[in-house]
Amino acid sequence: MTLLEIHEPGETPLPHAGEGTLAVGIDLGTTNSVVAIAREGKPAALHDETGRALVPSVVAYPAAGGVRVGEEARLLMAKEPRNVVASVKRLMGRGAADLHTVAGVLPYEIEPGSGETDMVKLRIAGKPRSPVEISAEILKALRARAEAALDKSVERAVITVPAYFDDAARTATRDAARVAGLEVLRLVNEPTAAALAYGLDKGSEGLYAVYDLGGGTFDFSLLRLEKGVFQVLATGGDTALGGDDFDRALAERMLAERKRDGLADLIDEGAVKAALALARQMKEQLSDREKTSGRLELGAVPSFHAITRAEFEAMADGLVKRTIEIARHVLADAGMAASEIHGVVLVGGSTRVPLVRRRVAEMIGKPPLTDIDPDEVVALGAALQAEALTSGSDTLLLDVTPLSLGLETMGELVEKVVPRNTPIPVQLAQEFTTYQDGQTAMAIHVVQGEREMVADCRSLARFELTGIPPMTAGAARIRVAFAVDADGLLTVSAQERTTGIAQRIEVKPSYGLSHDDMADMLYDSLEHAEEDMTRRLLTEARVEARRSLLALDTALAKDGALLSAEERGAMDEARRRLETATAGEDRDEISAAAEALEALSKPFAERRMDRGIREALSGLSMNDLERRVGE
Amino acid sequence: MDHFARLGMPAMLDLEPADLDKAYFSRQRQWHPDRFVSKPPEEKAKASAEAAALNDAYRTLKDPLDRAVYFASLKGVELPGDGKTIDDPELLMEAMEVREALHEADTVEAVDALAEKARRDMKAALSGLASLFLRDDKPALRKALLRLRYLDKFAEEARARRMNLERAKA
Repeated sequence: MTLLEIHEPGETPLPHAGEGTLAVGIDLGTTNSVVAIAREGKPAALHDETGRALVPSVVAYPAAGGVRVGEEARLLMAKEPRNVVASVKRLMGRGAADLHTVAGVLPYEIEPGSGETDMVKLRIAGKPRSPVEISAEILKALRARAEAALDKSVERAVITVPAYFDDAARTATRDAARVAGLEVLRLVNEPTAAALAYGLDKGSEGLYAVYDLGGGTFDFSLLRLEKGVFQVLATGGDTALGGDDFDRALAERMLAERKRDGLADLIDEGAVKAALALARQMKEQLSDREKTSGRLELGAVPSFHAITRAEFEAMADGLVKRTIEIARHVLADAGMAASEIHGVVLVGGSTRVPLVRRRVAEMIGKPPLTDIDPDEVVALGAALQAEALTSGSDTLLLDVTPLSLGLETMGELVEKVVPRNTPIPVQLAQEFTTYQDGQTAMAIHVVQGEREMVADCRSLARFELTGIPPMTAGAARIRVAFAVDADGLLTVSAQERTTGIAQRIEVKPSYGLSHDDMADMLYDSLEHAEEDMTRRLLTEARVEARRSLLALDTALAKDGALLSAEERGAMDEARRRLETATAGEDRDEISAAAEALEALSKPFAERRMDRGIREALSGLSMNDLERRVGE
Repeated sequence: MDHFARLGMPAMLDLEPADLDKAYFSRQRQWHPDRFVSKPPEEKAKASAEAAALNDAYRTLKDPLDRAVYFASLKGVELPGDGKTIDDPELLMEAMEVREALHEADTVEAVDALAEKARRDMKAALSGLASLFLRDDKPALRKALLRLRYLDKFAEEARARRMNLERAKA
C-alpha cells in the first residue's frame, strides 16, 4: 500500500463492514491502551476479568512461542527483554533518526538497513518486525477483550491518534488496524476525543483547552464548544515528547550513579529496559510521595537509588516548560489569550505528575479539570464517536490539520499548500509551472511541517508528473491538488491543465509502508487467521445457541401444554445437550446439538403457530380481519 | 458557486462572525463526512467534497483580510501571488524600515511595541477598505490590500521573533 493511494474517496470499505456488529472506541496509547463502548450516549471502558481497563501497550514474542500482549507481556520484560517491545507507538511512521537513546543505547534492537528512508523495523526474537504489525497485536488483543466482554463480534472501531501525528504515523495506525482485521470508522485526534467525553457529559459551552501528555506524545488543542458542536480552533504538539522522557531522564541518572560507584556495566538493550521499568515505577510513586527509592537489578551487583520529588521535578521541569511553550504557541495561533479559556482538561497518565498540574494551573490561572480518569477519557470519547458514527448523533466534530502541507520548490524551499489548523476535510490546489523550455516532467515532493527548508520538514512522498508536452518555460500550468480527509489522511494528485494529454503519476512511498511490506504482514496475519476465525465462529455459535435456548424456554413456559410428556422429555434432553455443548469449546458439537434441538422443536413450533393463528382469528369479524391484515 | 453563496450569506465586506458560524455549522451538520460513514461510496465522496468546499469558504470568510482579498477578487481586483515582489515603492520603503526595526529589536517589549503598531495599522487599513469598495477605486484597493497583506506577514514575523527571544531568555 502506497502512501498516496490510501483512502481514495469511492474506495470500497473492507468486506464484512457488517451491520449488527458493534463499533468500539480504542485509545492505542504509547504506554497503555484502552477499549471502550458507548450505548445510548453512555461510554464505558471494557475491563478484563481482574477489573483492569488499562492494557499495557507491550508485546512479547516469548521464546516458548506465540504472542503475548499487555500485562502478561510486561511481566516477561525482566526475563526475556529481547523478546519484548514497549512504547512501539513512538516508532509508528518514523525513521531511525527519530529515536531516543538512554546512555547512548536504544531500548530496541533495530533491524539493520531499516529506518534510513523508510519506517524503522525492529529485530525481536530473531525476526524483523515492523511497528505496524506489533501495534496490530495490541489491537487484536483489544478486539478480543471487547468480544469477550460484549459476547459479540467486533469489526469496526474509532481509533484515536495524537493530534500532532503526521501523515505517515496516521497511515501506519490505519494499516495496523487493517492487519488486526478492524475497519477504522474514523481516526479521531486524542484531545478532540477527550473533549467529547467531557463536553457531552456536562453540556459545556465556551473555549476549552485539552492538555494531553501521554507516554510518548504531547498535544495541546483549543476547542470551542457550542450546542453540540466541537470546533477545534488550533492544535499543536510534539510527537516525541511524553512521560517516557521523564523515565529516560531518571534511568540515565541511575545508570550514571552506578558508573560513579565504580560498577562497570555492559549497558545493552536489556539493561536500558530494566532501568526504564524501574524509573517508571519510581516516577509514579513520586506523584503521591515526597521521596522514593528502588533497587536496580543489573549485572552481578544490584544497586539502590533514592530520589526526592524536588530532585525529580528539577529534572522534569525543562520538559514541562516545553509543553507550556507549545501551549502558548497554540493560543497565539488561535489569536486567543490564556485568560479566555473556560477550562483545561487533563489527559494522559503523565498529567498525574504534580509538577505538570502546577504548571498548567499557572498558565491558565485556574485549576485544571480532572473528573474523568485521564487514562480512560480518550477511549471514552472514541467510543462516543463510534456510536455517533454508527447510529447517528447531533454532535458535530470539526477538526483541523495539525501541520502544514506543502511542496518542494526551487532552492529546496517549501511552498505551503494547506496551512496548519485548516479545518478538515479540505481540498486545496496550487498551480506551478515549468522553468525550462521543453521541460516534459516535473518532480513533485510532498512535505509536512512548519519550517521553510525542505530538509527541516518531514518528507511524505515523491512522485513525478511526466508526459508534459514540450512548451516554453512558464507556459505549462501544473495543478497540484491536496486533499485531506476527515481522518487527516492526505491524497495528492497532479495534472497539467493546458493539454488534455494523459498524465502518468509515479508514487514512491517514503515513510508509509511499501506494498510488499503490507502484503507480507497480511500474509503473516493469515498464519493466525485460522485461529482467529475459529475463535470467532465459536463465539458466534455460542451466541446463536444461547438465543435459541432462550426462545425455547419462553415458548415452553407459554405453550408447554401442546407437547406430550414423551415429546417434552425428548426436548428437555436435547436442550440439556445443547447447553453442555455451549459450555465447551467444540463449535461442531454446538452446531450439531443446535440442529438436533431445532429438528425436534419443529412440530412444536408448527403447533404453536396454528394455535396462534386460531387465537388471533377467533371472535374477529371479516372487517376486523381486513383491518388487521392492512396494519 | 462563490463562498458567500455557498454559506448562504450576503456578499458583503463586513460579516457578523456569529452569523457566519451559524451558517457554517448548520451546513456542516448536513454534509460532514461523519454523517456519511455508512453511506455508499458515491454519497461519501459527494459529502466529502461539499464539506471541503464549506471549509474553504468558511476559512476564507472568517479572516477579515482573506475575506477582503476574496471580496476584491469578486469585484475584479486581482493581487499578485504570495512571495511576489512588491511593485509599490512607497510600501517597499515602509516594509524595509519596519523589518530593520524588528531585526534590531532585542527585547520582548520592543517586539511587542512593533507588533502592536502593525495591528493598529491593519485595523485602520481594514476599516478604510469599505469606502474604497464603495467608490470602486480599483488601484487604491489593490494598493491597500497589498499593504494589509504585508502587515499581516510582518505580524507573523514579529511573533516568531518574540518566541525566539523568549526561548533565548528561558
